[in-house]
Amino acid sequence: MMHWLLFKTFFLIGAFSFGGGYAMLPLIQEEVVQNHSWLTATQFADILSVAEMTPGPVSINTATYVGYQVCGFSGSFLATLGVVLPSFILILTLTKIVLKNKNNPYFQGVFRGLRPVVVALIVGAAIILGVNTNTFSNLQEIILTLSALGLFYFTKIHPIILLLGFGIFGILL
Amino acid sequence: MFPSKQKLALYRQLFTTFLKIGTFVFGGGYAMLPVMQKEIVNRHQWMTEEDFVDMLAVTQSAPGPVAVNASIFIGYKIMGFGGAITALIGAVLPAFTIILFIATFLSSYRDNYYLNLFFNGVRPAIVGLILGVGLKTGKKIIHSTFDFLLAISALFLLLVVDLHPFLLIVLGALAGLLYSRQQKLSSKEVE
Repeated sequence: MMHWLLFKTFFLIGAFSFGGGYAMLPLIQEEVVQNHSWLTATQFADILSVAEMTPGPVSINTATYVGYQVCGFSGSFLATLGVVLPSFILILTLTKIVLKNKNNPYFQGVFRGLRPVVVALIVGAAIILGVNTNTFSNLQEIILTLSALGLFYFTKIHPIILLLGFGIFGILL
Repeated sequence: MFPSKQKLALYRQLFTTFLKIGTFVFGGGYAMLPVMQKEIVNRHQWMTEEDFVDMLAVTQSAPGPVAVNASIFIGYKIMGFGGAITALIGAVLPAFTIILFIATFLSSYRDNYYLNLFFNGVRPAIVGLILGVGLKTGKKIIHSTFDFLLAISALFLLLVVDLHPFLLIVLGALAGLLYSRQQKLSSKEVE
């Protein structure tokens, strides 16, 4: 019964998490803390800081963690499955439609307008992330940001190497 | 009935590529773009830069994290349904394993001194790398005054007006439709 409830709750979270990332935090908090009392507010805040320091989208991290706390391994598996299933169904459907109609003039018109917006969303995501983490308020961090940008843009160094390098630099500093 | 050797090799490549991408999604959202662009567009050349941007437009218009949605889209485009599942498992597995490990063994993970320092260096780097992806795709995508004006107004609406990205996608689609209709009409007039 608990397994079904976990699956259902995280399926719901997955289905309504438009925009991904931090946009869905209020919904997750309401379900997990208020409605089901699976976590206390402090535990929830702890997960967020862990989520920030581990790889993976916040929704997956939360689903895995909460599932494990409530029902052990099987719970973490079901909660994670629940949270990705809506994306899987929707994206598969959308992908089929897009790939099939690639040469349709209306579709081409739509994508003509979407492409510049996506570029703006990428640049905007970087700026929002920088503001939220106070990166632009500190000269040292601005220099780190600009050097990462320059190395990524002008050299062929793999971004994974850059991320690890800057992390190690952070320890040495 | 078993998949051929080449197919198996491609499945394996798809899986390991998304395992790599899933491992380096720090802070969620667009943070995985630099690694994804490098692996998918430059290294394996599974997609062109334009396809990559189109894929992002589609993944932004559905619920769910961009990294997860992108893995499903790319996996399906390359290998069909099986590819979508393979890429998705690859993308989710690192987060799943690490969180399970933390939930089981380390309750004091977040207080780790060296990890904190490590992320002090990683955080500004991620901001720089995402900006880099924006510049690289922008160079490929923005050709005309229309493209430029659309990108600038979208950025303004996102940052200053605080409009939801989903709404921006809808507005962009409408602008594109109107613009290409306008162009068709004016080219007919010339004839």
